Amino acid sequence: MSEQDQGIEASADVVPEGVRSSLHDRPVNGAGPLAGAGEVATFPETEPLPLDCGVPLGPFSIAYKTYGTLNADKSNAVLVCHALTGDQYCASENPVTGREGWWTTMIGPGKPVDTDRYFVICSNILGGCMGSSGPSMPNPKTGKPYGLDFPVITIADMVRAQVRLIDHLGIPDLFCVIGGSMGGMQVLDWAAKYPARVFTSVPIATAARHSSQNIAFHEVGRQAVMADPEWRRGRYLEEGTNPRKGLAVARMAAHITYLSEEALHRKFGRNLQAREVKTFSFDADFQVESYLRHLGMGFVERFDANSYLYITRAMDYFDLPAEFDGKLSNAFLNTPTRFCVVSFTSDWLYPTKENRSIVQALNAVAANVSFVEIDSDKGHDAFLLNEPEFLTTVGGFLNAAARRRGLPALHAAAG
Amino acid sequence: MDGQLPTVKTKSRRVDHLLISEMVARKARVLDVGCGDGELLELLAETRDVDGRGVEISREGVNSCVARGLSVIQGDADTDLINYPDQAFDYAILSLTIQATRNPRSVLEQLLRIGKHAIVSLPNFAHWASRLRFVINGRMPVTGSLPHSWYDSPNIHLCSISDFVALCDLIDARIERRVALDSYGQRIGLGIPHILQNLIGDQAVFLLTRRVGGR
Repeated sequence: MSEQDQGIEASADVVPEGVRSSLHDRPVNGAGPLAGAGEVATFPETEPLPLDCGVPLGPFSIAYKTYGTLNADKSNAVLVCHALTGDQYCASENPVTGREGWWTTMIGPGKPVDTDRYFVICSNILGGCMGSSGPSMPNPKTGKPYGLDFPVITIADMVRAQVRLIDHLGIPDLFCVIGGSMGGMQVLDWAAKYPARVFTSVPIATAARHSSQNIAFHEVGRQAVMADPEWRRGRYLEEGTNPRKGLAVARMAAHITYLSEEALHRKFGRNLQAREVKTFSFDADFQVESYLRHLGMGFVERFDANSYLYITRAMDYFDLPAEFDGKLSNAFLNTPTRFCVVSFTSDWLYPTKENRSIVQALNAVAANVSFVEIDSDKGHDAFLLNEPEFLTTVGGFLNAAARRRGLPALHAAAG
Repeated sequence: MDGQLPTVKTKSRRVDHLLISEMVARKARVLDVGCGDGELLELLAETRDVDGRGVEISREGVNSCVARGLSVIQGDADTDLINYPDQAFDYAILSLTIQATRNPRSVLEQLLRIGKHAIVSLPNFAHWASRLRFVINGRMPVTGSLPHSWYDSPNIHLCSISDFVALCDLIDARIERRVALDSYGQRIGLGIPHILQNLIGDQAVFLLTRRVGGR
């Protein structure tokens, strides 16, 4: 979820003031096409996307990046689904932030999702703000940014858009659909609704329905955004304002949920930030405060506030069992897909219990499923970090599945 | 991994594994409960071309299985078998695991519900060497197949071959095949009376089905 921040381990050497201001100088996202947005597939008004809310969306665009080469059989395609604030730059530098891809531990040459072997596709989700149709993009009917006129979308809508992209790329079925957190929700939706097009699926640190607690956290974030006077009922792009403070607070609160008490304590404890004594003020005395403020301010430079509202809403609405008569196992009856579910011990946002209930539903229909809980104290963000046991497990699972699918092994390396 | 497992020697192949693989039909659907690092599942895939799944309680075991391409979930035989549908597998297997479960009776009943057949291998607590150690020394037996001291043993529900047969009787499990092995891993002849098998058998393997309609 906080992939751009690379988690606390990678980014948290508390940031000096100078670095902060350079982040402020980055181009502000928002209306208009983004430079270097990779490729964009645009679907005409005559082929609209039917949304869950009942509104057809058309025309619409999906921005995406690909890595590696599609083989002649078109059998080696891997779809990577990003989380709440992710984007299509999973394995290459993000042109907006200048940072490396958000999942370079997982994807790249010689990595578990080996770009020498697989053709990797990662698209910016519908509702996102990195080139796909979303509230910050111009409404073709008015020429102005959609704002709140953008229809409310769901995880299933995001997946429908991905299906259209995969069709557009001429790929009959995917070797793998993989993603963590909200990406894992998309993975589950793919497997449930397009089983014949999913050979393997790897849902990581996720849930089949959003919990009450998670909806509550999201509501705090949305209220922070909407309470910012600069939000202007969602029309800030037209009015030349930006609800930075609200979005930054939303991000700060959310980021705490991506970590764990142990991780925060190990990194910061009660250490003071660039001072010897407490100031008896409301400055960021503590390093952990400074860290969160820095994260919040960095985030608003790359993310659209309305997108944040729409995407968190889509996650809240996610309830896969409800779409299958209240029983998750119904979603996977006779599934041909092979599953590998992964959770992390210290993830309290999408705890093992939630992931295990997916496994239980798969067991109830005798599906082919592997499940591992990885021992980590890094919280929900662990899936983005260098957790060797996690990476080995996923790599091994994909390797075995690739053999089954008849994908040639790479030189001597595969192991 | 062997240090983590409840029992018994490892040569290149565990003898009970070889016996189990002889009992499994080709291309069967198999669930190995307590699959360790996947040695048996791999053997069954190689020699019997089975569609195999596993359940294993230790994280290390599961990780090594998944990394080897086996479909294994982290779970507990005592609590997680209820999630599987009736007769979902041709064989549900418990190899040298039953003595480490908290409730062997209900685990065995679940096994017979999930699998059309159940295969159980177990160390025999009534082997003559165990009996001697207990009677002569007055100490809990520590043998080749039961290498742990009483205080650090994962084997909390040890039983003899005869005890297991009695449990099968109690829960209406029909014994289709039973093979006892001596401490050299050699089969004990079919003609040997059961009471003697219970004395010289170091371990045993049972192929079971649910007795239809009880007795």
